[in-house]
Amino acid sequence: MLKNSNSGYGWVSITLHWLTALTVIGLFAVGYWMVDLNYYSEWYQTAPHYHKSVGLLLAAVTLFRLAWKIQQPSPQLLGARWEKHLAKLGHIAFYILLFSLFMSGYLISTADGRSIEVFNWFSVPSMGEWIANQEDIAGEIHEWLAYSIIGLALLHALAALKHHVINKDNTLVRMLSPSTSQQPTLNEEKE
Amino acid sequence: MKTTLTSLTLALGLSFATINAQAADYAIDTKGAHASINFKIQHLGYSWLVGRFNQFDGEFSLEDDMSKSAVSVTIDTSSIDSNHAERDKHLRGDDFLNVDKFPEATFKSTKVVPKGDGKFDLHGELTLHGVTKSIVIDAYKIGEGKDPWGGYRAGFMGSTKLKLADYGITYNLGPASTHVDMELHVEGVRK
Ligand code: HEM
Repeated sequence: MLKNSNSGYGWVSITLHWLTALTVIGLFAVGYWMVDLNYYSEWYQTAPHYHKSVGLLLAAVTLFRLAWKIQQPSPQLLGARWEKHLAKLGHIAFYILLFSLFMSGYLISTADGRSIEVFNWFSVPSMGEWIANQEDIAGEIHEWLAYSIIGLALLHALAALKHHVINKDNTLVRMLSPSTSQQPTLNEEKE
Repeated sequence: MKTTLTSLTLALGLSFATINAQAADYAIDTKGAHASINFKIQHLGYSWLVGRFNQFDGEFSLEDDMSKSAVSVTIDTSSIDSNHAERDKHLRGDDFLNVDKFPEATFKSTKVVPKGDGKFDLHGELTLHGVTKSIVIDAYKIGEGKDPWGGYRAGFMGSTKLKLADYGITYNLGPASTHVDMELHVEGVRK
């Protein structure tokens, strides 16, 4: 039940998926809100601190997720050929966007050589300034990527709903619980 | 014949004089970094926050008759450096300098009023954040003379206080931080 099968996801993958979804949406909302905070807001220092801390922890979680994904079977994608291709492409784009977000965010705060404190728990050292005005360029990229990943997440959710409502396959429900992928649909489970 | 000769020499002499006057023009030594444009602003009313602009350019003339002197400086606003990348990013953003829209700040003197002892009031137009205002820089000449490398140098120092709101910069940093002190340390090499 923890591991993936050819037809469905185990609890590890499911937990990672929803944890990431919630965290990314949360990071987006906090990021969007915190950059316009008033100097006298009590969140002026804490919101960016949480944003960076949670973002970097998600980076670690995503590294683990990728390792898990590589050594686990991938459930077969459902739908037409073009849909599977698009889905695959979208999922790769998610990982690229995520790591680019982690990297660009990191490059904003570490441009002056300062390290990033993660919840006053440990700190991630700076790798220095790579390019001139790094904090601005990385910031611009970070903002664009943040909007892109939310856009992609929207398409991703619409696609999942389309599978559920129109195709009536178990694409959506199998990401909710491993048990829902037990009934073999059109896969090799029987072999 | 003689009179024409005299007038010719006179004319020549005069043009030499003007050349000499032009030769008293100095280029600000930004290459050797013997010049610095610094600012300081109160933080919450508890301390001074100090920073500077790393990139600027300019020239000046310092005449024996001080009132014939002139100064012009162009500052690359994105070169603001308060020794903290996240803060610099904020300062370059649209809450403050909006450097994408206003990449340059300029100062051009309009009038120099000598006050004796090398002191002078440097009147001029400052363009900052797209707003042009007349300001007076309280300045004094520090010295001039040959340098050890075959050149000729002169330098002065000036300071002025700017009200941020005058230039349309209205982000609320608190009642103690409505003004910024500017300090201009300039050394020029004769052209
Ligand atoms: C999926 C992950 C992330 C998302 C969705 C995200 C989203 C955002 C958003 C929407 C903003 C506001 C952008 C703007 O309007 O300028 C922002 C700002 C910021 N993010 Fe992230 N972020 C993520 C990860 C990270 C990480 C890992 C770090 C650092 C380690 C980070 C550091 C920052 C910083 C420093 C800012 C503030 C930029 C400023 O001061 O203008 N972010 N983020």
